[in-house]
Amino acid sequence: MRATVPQTAGATATGDRTGTVRTLECRDLVRRFGDLLAVDRVGFHIDPGETYGLLGPNGAGKTTAISMIAGLLERDGGEVTVAGEPMDTRSVGTKRLIGYVPQDLAIYPDLSGRENLLFFARLYGMDTAGARRRAAEVLDLIGLADRGGDQTKTYSGGMKRRLNIGIGLLHRPKLLILDEPTVGVDPQSRNAILESVDGLAGEGMAVLYTTHYMEEAERLCDRVGIIDHGRLVAEGTRRELVSLLGEGDRIRLTATGDIAGAAASLRAQASVRQSNAIEGGIDLEVVDARDNLPGILQEAAAAGAVIRSVDVVEPDLEAVFLHLTGRALRD
Amino acid sequence: MRATLLICLKDLRARLRDRSALLIGIVVPLGLAFVFNAIFGGISGSSNAIHLGVVDADGGPAAKVFVTNVLGAVDRSGLISVRHERSEVVARRLTAAGTLDALIVIPAGFSQRVESNGPASMLVVGNVDAPISTQIARSIADGYAAELNRVRLSVATVVHAEGGPSRVPPARLRALADRAAATAAPVTVQDVSAASKELDQKSFFAAGMAVFFLFFTVQFGVTSLLEERVDGTLARLLAAPIHRASILGGKLLTSLLLGVISVAVLVVATTLLFGASWGNPLGVAVLVIAAVLAATAIMALIATFAKNAEQAGNWQSVVAVVLGLLGGTFFPVSQAPGVLSRLTFIAPQAWFLRGLGDLRGGSLSAVWVPALAMLGFAVLTGGIAMVRLRHVAEI
Repeated sequence: MRATVPQTAGATATGDRTGTVRTLECRDLVRRFGDLLAVDRVGFHIDPGETYGLLGPNGAGKTTAISMIAGLLERDGGEVTVAGEPMDTRSVGTKRLIGYVPQDLAIYPDLSGRENLLFFARLYGMDTAGARRRAAEVLDLIGLADRGGDQTKTYSGGMKRRLNIGIGLLHRPKLLILDEPTVGVDPQSRNAILESVDGLAGEGMAVLYTTHYMEEAERLCDRVGIIDHGRLVAEGTRRELVSLLGEGDRIRLTATGDIAGAAASLRAQASVRQSNAIEGGIDLEVVDARDNLPGILQEAAAAGAVIRSVDVVEPDLEAVFLHLTGRALRD
Repeated sequence: MRATLLICLKDLRARLRDRSALLIGIVVPLGLAFVFNAIFGGISGSSNAIHLGVVDADGGPAAKVFVTNVLGAVDRSGLISVRHERSEVVARRLTAAGTLDALIVIPAGFSQRVESNGPASMLVVGNVDAPISTQIARSIADGYAAELNRVRLSVATVVHAEGGPSRVPPARLRALADRAAATAAPVTVQDVSAASKELDQKSFFAAGMAVFFLFFTVQFGVTSLLEERVDGTLARLLAAPIHRASILGGKLLTSLLLGVISVAVLVVATTLLFGASWGNPLGVAVLVIAAVLAATAIMALIATFAKNAEQAGNWQSVVAVVLGLLGGTFFPVSQAPGVLSRLTFIAPQAWFLRGLGDLRGGSLSAVWVPALAMLGFAVLTGGIAMVRLRHVAEI
């Protein structure tokens, strides 16, 4: 089953209808490992300043897909362009446009944090002075300025994760690819990483973020592609994906007073699909609870109900994944 | 090239920092060379190792010539210490106790029997635990006996030509003997292959350990490619704007530099500390570079068959030890019987040691055959390794 939300009308291979060159455009990516079809005709795009989440369980094909996009892995089919430039494993020039943060802690334990940054900065073509300057900036950015001279084998897991991301940011890429950057990270470091990624998108960097954590995809990503068994089964904004479920948000009002009257009155609201009086309150199914909640509360009060508490339950991407694939995201 | 150098410098820095390369490349071979020198110094004779006793119960001219001229020269060489004992009984006791390794006894009447052309003999007594020393003592005695026999034969020939002993006055006989003794032997053997083309013990162990551990030292560069694949840093290198050949080049360059540096340090250290004699520096440099290339190529090829660095390290170690033993880095196997002596030349280590020996026995041009043999190993195994390494440099 594929339930892809249509892309913007008039979009071209490498740009949208306004003529802005897309940061990433990939089409029909295919990769086989023997008999296993790991990635099956996956395609999506990312615009400047946009964060795109690739959401799927372990083994869904996320890492294989981004490995082809980052030029690490040969592909069996499809095309990739970054800022309009074709990309494959030999595209040395195009690779400069990408910052890649692998899932593993890809840092050298016998080198200090600063030496790790300097090595990769030089590898990306910076001169010695420029590399030193940029390494100092990145150490500040990731909060490791005071530990920059220590060998990274002495770092905590969270510090290594931050350095892992910092290396990807060194050369100010147009596209930052983050492969499950919060796996095995404590909640505090995880929050710091998510805030950093949010900030980068705000600065105009395009971000491709793979995760199997639904909460991260919902929090960070402007658009999400749901991938399973190597296929992109759906993509769109969170709202667009949730709409595929065909059900609204759930609101439970705990109330006293004229509950039956209030429930009947709310049924007349355009945003309300169902309204049922229950013992001690009202159960509602509504469209876009966040936007319409104030009006609903106003109407209930006007109808004689005294609202004691409100409980809103929105369908999430976990439910979307279950709906589309028949299994839970963490199966 | 810039990326290759950056990767190489990064690897060298990491290796020097974790000290494993320093340990394997310099400290262990230097230590083992020292230990082997100490252990085997007692039988190979580069130090004053053989204690030879002599009892002159004769005291005549023939005995004096042997004790003074022959054994005196041996003593002065520093290779063998000669101890003079008056009593044969005491000397035999010292030999049995191991104080003396071997004993030469010149019995009373020896000189008189030599001069009268009668049967004369010297006695060689050996310690049971010092067979080589006993053999050396016997060779010394044999050599002197042969010289005496040569003189006696010369004199006897002249006497016979002049009508027999009764017709030759004693003064004439003595003059004939002196002239025969002073005449150089017409045919001599100069043992070039054994004396000039063989490394002395200190140099042998220094060179043997250097080339044996070279095969371990060069592993660090190539094997780190597998480590980077497992650690995830290879993915980061592949994502960087560099060619894949630069990654491979960086790893191979690291191996080559580690190999050259470790052997160079060992050459200098063993020369200064042990008095090892490596030979003409230019010839040694040619041999070292050829050996490093061969070692790197062979170890790279082994690494391409492994799934991870640990497996590669195990396989490489097995190959390094087998080739090291075959190559005679611990014990010379070139003189071993049958197929073993021919097998030795499938090991670059054997060519390296042979090259050093040839360099000492001949001119600089003597290193070309061993060097070309090692380069042959490098080209053959390195070519296959390069093809296979392309697959290793993938995630």
